[in-house]
Amino acid sequence: MKAAVKRRSGSRWAGWLFVLPAAAFYVVFVIQPLAMTVQYSLYSWDGIGVATWNGVQNYLRVFTDPDLFAAILNAIKLIAFFSAVPVVLGLAIAATIRRIAASRLALVARTVIFLPQVIPLVAAGITWSWLLSSTGLVNQLLSYIGLEGITRAWLGDFSTALPAVGVIGAWVLLGLCTLLLLAGMSKIDPALYEAARLDGAGPLREFVSITLPSLRQEIGVCVTVTVVAALASFDIVYISTQGGPGNASMVPGLEIYYLAFSEREVGLASALAVVLTVLVIACALPIQWLTRDRSS
Amino acid sequence: MVVILGGSLAAACAAPGSGNAQPTAAASSAPALSSAPTCGTEPVTMKGYFETGFPIAKALTDEFTKQHPNVTFDIREDQFAVITQNAPRVLADDPPDLMRLPQVSELVKNNLLKNLDEYAKVFGWDKWPPSQLQQMRMAPGGAVRGEGSLYAMGLNFSMTGVFYNKKLAAQIGMTTPPATLADLDAAMAKAKEAGLAPIAQFNGGATGGLAFPLQDLMASYGPAAPINDWIFQKPGATIDTPTNLQATQHLEKWIKAGYFWKDVNAVDYATMMSRFMKGDGLFMFNGDWESGNLDKQMPGDVGFFLMPPVQAGGKQAAMSAPLTFGVGANAKNADCAATFLDWVATDTQARTIGVQIGGSHPMGPADAPMPPIAPGTVTESTLAAGAKIAEDNGSMDFIANATGAIYAKSWTPNLQKLVGGEQTPEGLLKSVQADYVSQVKGG
Repeated sequence: MKAAVKRRSGSRWAGWLFVLPAAAFYVVFVIQPLAMTVQYSLYSWDGIGVATWNGVQNYLRVFTDPDLFAAILNAIKLIAFFSAVPVVLGLAIAATIRRIAASRLALVARTVIFLPQVIPLVAAGITWSWLLSSTGLVNQLLSYIGLEGITRAWLGDFSTALPAVGVIGAWVLLGLCTLLLLAGMSKIDPALYEAARLDGAGPLREFVSITLPSLRQEIGVCVTVTVVAALASFDIVYISTQGGPGNASMVPGLEIYYLAFSEREVGLASALAVVLTVLVIACALPIQWLTRDRSS
Repeated sequence: MVVILGGSLAAACAAPGSGNAQPTAAASSAPALSSAPTCGTEPVTMKGYFETGFPIAKALTDEFTKQHPNVTFDIREDQFAVITQNAPRVLADDPPDLMRLPQVSELVKNNLLKNLDEYAKVFGWDKWPPSQLQQMRMAPGGAVRGEGSLYAMGLNFSMTGVFYNKKLAAQIGMTTPPATLADLDAAMAKAKEAGLAPIAQFNGGATGGLAFPLQDLMASYGPAAPINDWIFQKPGATIDTPTNLQATQHLEKWIKAGYFWKDVNAVDYATMMSRFMKGDGLFMFNGDWESGNLDKQMPGDVGFFLMPPVQAGGKQAAMSAPLTFGVGANAKNADCAATFLDWVATDTQARTIGVQIGGSHPMGPADAPMPPIAPGTVTESTLAAGAKIAEDNGSMDFIANATGAIYAKSWTPNLQKLVGGEQTPEGLLKSVQADYVSQVKGG
C-alpha cells in the first residue's frame, strides 16, 4: 500500500519531468522575449546606451502619433484582402473542385492554387512588384483591352498601393484556405448529400445547408490564420512598397522594424509591438469562440 | 520550470542596456603618440566589415597585403542598410579593426568609435583641406557634427551633380552644359516638347531620390553653409528657410510640368540606372560613384556638370561625402588600421585604385599626385568638378544624413507626397523640420 502511494507520487513528478524540456524552451524563447518586450516598452532606449524609465509615454505616442495610428488602421483594412477574399473565394473554389474531384483537372487545379503558398513570400513580393510596375504585365493587359486610361504604377500610387499589397496577400493566402476547406469537405459524409439530393436540393442548397455548417471549424482556422497574417504583415509590404508612397501602405510590423532598427527607438517599437500583440489576440479569440465546435 | 521562469524574470528586471560593456573614457580617447605607428613585421590579421557592391575596399586591402605581406584581412561584407542597423551591436560585441560606417553621431555618443585625433596629428591628416574631414568630426558628447575630434576617415570622397545623355542633348540642340538654373529649365522644357523624359530619377520605396535635385536646388537658391549647419545638428538650425522654400517650390514646378517619369514614386535606384543607360531620360541627379560604370556602359555619351547657380557665374555647391571607414573603440589592431587609412590617401598605387575602381577623388593633401585619366570621360569631368567645389567652398553633406532616420521616415514620405500632390512645399519643409527636432531631441 505504502509502496503504491509512493509510486503514484513519483509518477506525478515524472510527468512534470517530461514537460520540462518543452516548457524550458517555451519560457526561454516565448515567455521571456514577451516579458522583455513589455519591459522595454516602458523605457526610452536607443538599443545600446543606458535606458531611462518612460512610464506609459510610449503607449500614449502609439495612440496619438497620427503616423503610428494610421499604420494600425492600414493593417485592419488589409483584413478585407488577406482574410475575406481568400475565405470566400476559397470556399467557392473548394466546392467547385470537390464536384470534379474524380477528374485529373482537380489535381491540377489543387496544385496550381496551392503553389503561391509554396513560393517564399519574398519571391512572391518581387514577382508581383514586376507585374504591377508601370510597364508590367497588368498594365500591358489593361492597355491591350483598351483600358490604357487607368494604367499606373500600382504600388507607387497613393490610392492603389495598399489595395495592391492586399491583392498580393490574397493571392498568397488563397491556396492555403482552399486546401484547408477542401480537406474539411472530404470528411463530410457523402450520405448527407445523397439524402439532400433525394429531397430535391440543388447545388446551392447543398452548399448552404450541408457544406457550410460542416466546415465551421475549418473556416475558423482559415479566418484566424489570415486575420493574424493581415495584422502582422511584414514581408510582402517590405518587399513591394516598403510602406510607401508616403506611408500609404505602412503597417505596424514594418513600423516596428523601422522604429527599432533605423530610428533606434526600442521603447516605442516595443510599445507598438505590445499593442499589435494585444490587437491580434483580441481579434483571434472571438473568432475561435464563434467557430468552435458546439457539439463537443 | 519555476527556477527558469524566475531566473529569466530576474534577468529581465534590470534596466535594458545597463549591462552592456561601456568602453572606458581611456579606451575611446586617443592615446598620445610620439611617432607614426606601423603594422610592424609580425603577422597581423585585420578584421574588416565592408559594404557589398563597392569593390574599392577589397581592392585596396589586396594591394596593401601585396605591399605589406605580414598583414592579411579577414573581411565580412553586408549591404549598407544591414551595416546601418547592425553597426552599434557589431562595434559593441565584436569590434572590427576597419569598418564601413553609417552616420556616426549615435556611434560616437555611445563611445563605440576610436578617436583618431592622435593619428591625424602624427600622420599629418590635419594639414589636408579641412573640408575633407569636416563631416567626420564630432564635438564632445557627439551632439554636433562638423567640428571637434575625428572619428572616421574616408577611402575617397564622392561628388554629386547632374549627368546628361549627350545624344539626347544633341537632339534638343543643347551643346554646352547649362550655365544658369534658367538654362537648365529651358533645356528641360525643350526635352519635354520633343517627347523626351527630361529627368531620370528614383523616388520609390524607402529611398526618396528627389532629395538629390531638391538639395541641388537649395544650393542654387541659397548658400551651402546653413544646410551643413542643419545636417550637423548645430543648435537652432532649421531647414525651413525662405531660399529652401523657393527651392522646394521649384522642384514642385518640375513635378507639375511632368519632367519626372509618371511612375517616379515606384522607381528604385537600380531601375533609374538601367533606364538612363537605355536612353530614357536627359538629365540624372546622381553622384560620381557611377562615373566608371557610365564610362563603361555608354562610352562618350554621358556628360556631367555641377548644378548651375541662379545667377551666371555664381557660387556652386554639391553634395560631397567621404566614403567613411572607422576603427572600433576596442579594436585590437587600431594602429595598423590607421596606418592603412593613411596609406590609402598617400600611396600612389592606392590613389590610382581609388580613382579607377572607386571613381571618386582620393583623400589626401591638395597637391598629392593624381593618377592619369582618359580625356573626355565622365570620370574626368567629375574629378574636375571637385576642384570647382573646393574653390567655392561649396561642399555639403547630404540632407538625408542629418539624423539616422530622417531619410526613410521624413524626406522620403514627404517627397513622395509632393509627387502625389498630397503635400505642399511649405508643408514639406515644416514636416521635415518637426521630425528633425523630435529626432535630435529623442536621439
